[in-house]
Amino acid sequence: MKEHLLSVLIFAPLAAAAVAAAISNERVLRWWALLSSLAIAVVSVPLYTGYIATQTGFQFVERCSWIPSLKIDYHLGVDGISVLLILLTTLITPICVACSWTYISKRVKEFMVCMLVMEAAMIGVFSALDLVLFYVFWEAMLIPMTLLIGVWGGARKIYAALKFFIYTMAGSVLLLVAIVALRLQVGTFSIPDMMAAGSGFGHSFQLWIFGAFFLSFAIKVPMFPFHTWLPAAHVEAPTAGSVVLASVLLKMGTYGFLRFCLPITPYAAHTLAPVVLVFSVIAIIYGGLAALGQSDLKKLVAYSSVAHMGFATFGIFSFTQSGLEGATLVMINHGVTTGALFVCVGILYERLHTRDIGVLAGVGKYMPVFSTFLGLACLSSMAFPGTNSFVGEFLVMVAGFSVSKTLMLCAVPGIVAAAAYNLRMLQKVCYGSPANRDHSAVADLNLREILTLAPLAVFIVWIGFHPQPFLDVMRDSLAHVLAQLGR
Amino acid sequence: MSSSLTAFLPELVLLAGALGLFGLTLGSSARQSKIASLVTAAAFVAAVILSFGTHATLFNGAYRVDTFSQLFKLILGLGYIVVLLLGRSLDDIRQDIRSEYYLFLSLGICGLAFLFSSIEIISVVISLELSSYPLYLMVAMRRERDGQRVQMESAIKYMMFGISANGIMFFGLSYLFGLTGTTSLPLMLERLQPYFAAGHVNALAIVGLALSLSGFLYKFAIFPFHFWTPDVYQGSSNETAALVASLPKLGAIAILTRFVGLASPTDSTIPTLLAVLATASMFYGNLVALVQTDVKRLLGFSGIAHAGYAMVGLVALGSAGFAASIFYIAGYVLMVLACFFVVSRVSPDGTNVSLSDLAGLHKRSPLLALTIGLGVFALGGIPPFVGFMAKFGLLNAALDKGWLWLVIVTVINSAIAIYYYLKIVKEAYFSDAAGRPAIALDFAAKAACIVLLLAITALGVAPGKLMQLIAASLDTVQVALN
Repeated sequence: MKEHLLSVLIFAPLAAAAVAAAISNERVLRWWALLSSLAIAVVSVPLYTGYIATQTGFQFVERCSWIPSLKIDYHLGVDGISVLLILLTTLITPICVACSWTYISKRVKEFMVCMLVMEAAMIGVFSALDLVLFYVFWEAMLIPMTLLIGVWGGARKIYAALKFFIYTMAGSVLLLVAIVALRLQVGTFSIPDMMAAGSGFGHSFQLWIFGAFFLSFAIKVPMFPFHTWLPAAHVEAPTAGSVVLASVLLKMGTYGFLRFCLPITPYAAHTLAPVVLVFSVIAIIYGGLAALGQSDLKKLVAYSSVAHMGFATFGIFSFTQSGLEGATLVMINHGVTTGALFVCVGILYERLHTRDIGVLAGVGKYMPVFSTFLGLACLSSMAFPGTNSFVGEFLVMVAGFSVSKTLMLCAVPGIVAAAAYNLRMLQKVCYGSPANRDHSAVADLNLREILTLAPLAVFIVWIGFHPQPFLDVMRDSLAHVLAQLGR
Repeated sequence: MSSSLTAFLPELVLLAGALGLFGLTLGSSARQSKIASLVTAAAFVAAVILSFGTHATLFNGAYRVDTFSQLFKLILGLGYIVVLLLGRSLDDIRQDIRSEYYLFLSLGICGLAFLFSSIEIISVVISLELSSYPLYLMVAMRRERDGQRVQMESAIKYMMFGISANGIMFFGLSYLFGLTGTTSLPLMLERLQPYFAAGHVNALAIVGLALSLSGFLYKFAIFPFHFWTPDVYQGSSNETAALVASLPKLGAIAILTRFVGLASPTDSTIPTLLAVLATASMFYGNLVALVQTDVKRLLGFSGIAHAGYAMVGLVALGSAGFAASIFYIAGYVLMVLACFFVVSRVSPDGTNVSLSDLAGLHKRSPLLALTIGLGVFALGGIPPFVGFMAKFGLLNAALDKGWLWLVIVTVINSAIAIYYYLKIVKEAYFSDAAGRPAIALDFAAKAACIVLLLAITALGVAPGKLMQLIAASLDTVQVALN
């Protein structure tokens, strides 16, 4: 099984989706989706235990010819970066199913099929080692995600779904040209071959390829100023859609930077790094300030995502070991923390059918268990010491100060804003003011909701206090990326 | 049975079927004609499969049966079956001429089948006309109803444009004949080569070839020969539009491959001309499609754009490019048939379908919604469907020959096109049915939808076999491929 583990992880969700399509009883359907996604999560654990962190290069590699006439291979493999992201994906999917248990009441079958197809595509993106295969998974994901937003979303769901689709699609068409152009230079679509050839490409060629890659990844991240699709998509998407969008989809952008932009176009990465760093800092400040002004909880979390992802891109383009480690950890952390926050917002919305911070004020008084989870997630979101985000952002800041003190100092207001908007949310939701509405009838979390949030809470604390196992997995792979970058 | 007879068997089957249908038009009901057509189509497919691999040159070198043409005939036969199933009982064709409709349909298919194998200018022209004239009539055969006489206008437009384009083509062909003294395409290829020699390019050869192409570009709906497309789609009945949109493109690409192959890659005039026309088609088709509300009209404009995409492979002037174009059109036929299948089923009585008529389709008929959803995503070039792989092949071939600007134009157009495809998905999946009735499908319709969906997906996930087959079949075409 070990040699085909990645294929199993990609095809098992598809098989589960096919079975789900044949089930008509909604109750059975929910249980099937939950159990199959949990089973996939369990199956994915050997990816972590079997991964040899000290060995550079790709592991669990599978390769066979797919379309010989176009020289496209079915080529899978993982390194320390993608192992963690695949595990994040398999962790998040059951949580998405669980948090939709009562939230999704219409067309349950289609919903579960979309979720499972998404999971397959996401794992595919993180494990593809053939550029065309990567692109196929990358684009294939758009369809289920658009349906998640457009069918089960809120009031302006159609606008948000179309905006999401068109924005991402438009961003990635040039990626396709870059892929073909790279093939003409290298002779294959194999990503490891391209990495090996990377430093040999001409300078202007690198700049063009970098530009094409960057556009599609920056939209996915989303980096300022390409972020405008994100708040719309997050606000309108159902809870599970927001969770999967924030936790996994956004990581694909930063993953793309690490996997493609740095190793394949090192010259261009060096040349354009200052620009990216500046935009990262703008994202940190802008995201923080924008989140501060939101009264819709989902919008608040969405803008905080922009800021968090700014840390990730800053770390990546600092080109230092601690920066890359921090960025990768920020990616994982953001998946866990923001996922938890969106689940919390969804829980409130299910009970009170609003996300307005003013209306919700004081609801926490009657929901002590909920407040505990929300508090933990908020602390993590503001990078409080002892939580996961602290470790990641600290590492990025260490790198940041070694690269440019000025830029890092410029980012400080953003960090302060993070504390402010999180505390404001926590204070309003949990305490409010004497003018609170009467929320005494609101029920606290049930067992399902506790079990949904608990795994995320465990990771918040675990990574916060003992990040070493996670850093160990990624360290050598990131060092390898740096070596390819020529530092 | 001699091998040349085996090779010609599919055409004989079609001709026998057409003859039988002619007999049926004298008295029998439309239902019998439909069954006879289905039997003919099935027998045609069987005959193509039976004769697959037998090669023969017939009629003093005017007609050649090779893998290339057999592959096209196979796709044509399968498409013929889908078109027949799609027509239901021809609600929108005048009752007393429904039998004749089937007769003309089979004659048009005959013309296309002959076109694939014609390697001589006279037989090319005759096949081309045989495949066109029945279509002109079929457009006009739509039932008249209050406020609906647009079919006459469409038929006249279709015919006038067709005849004009053919006139230009004849003019060009006369130049080529004058230069080479032959009507045989293989000989012509040989004798044209000196006229394309580097440094001594003969303007007459270029002009002759360019003008000759116009007849096929018209069939293909390439700018500036596209004007008929949206009007004909809108004016003809849904099943006729499905036919016009799909199968003739196969004939056009087959013969374009042979003719473009006459141009020598050493001279860039013809490829540049084609690239410009492709660019114009893509932008024109996609931009105008953005504002359409009639689904058939929308598909018409998108068809112009898709013809432009397919030209991108021809521009590359090489076997990889030709193979990519052919694969693209094969995939396009599937995708567009899937879309038209839904259009013809959504329309309760054969009237045209506007975007809002698709509203809530997922509730009214989940299978139809899935069919048009996957169909337009595939048309938009989203993986893992055939549209993506086909477009990828085109980009690969064109970039390989250094057509970077054309490739960029193509992907920009893919991005533009996504918007109007999403409008269809939006209606089908995101909108409310608002009292529109559910749509029941009979067994044959369900089967056809599922087969189309499987084919669209399978050719996207595993296109290798067909691509290889097309590439190998191109080797049997001696025309082209320097």
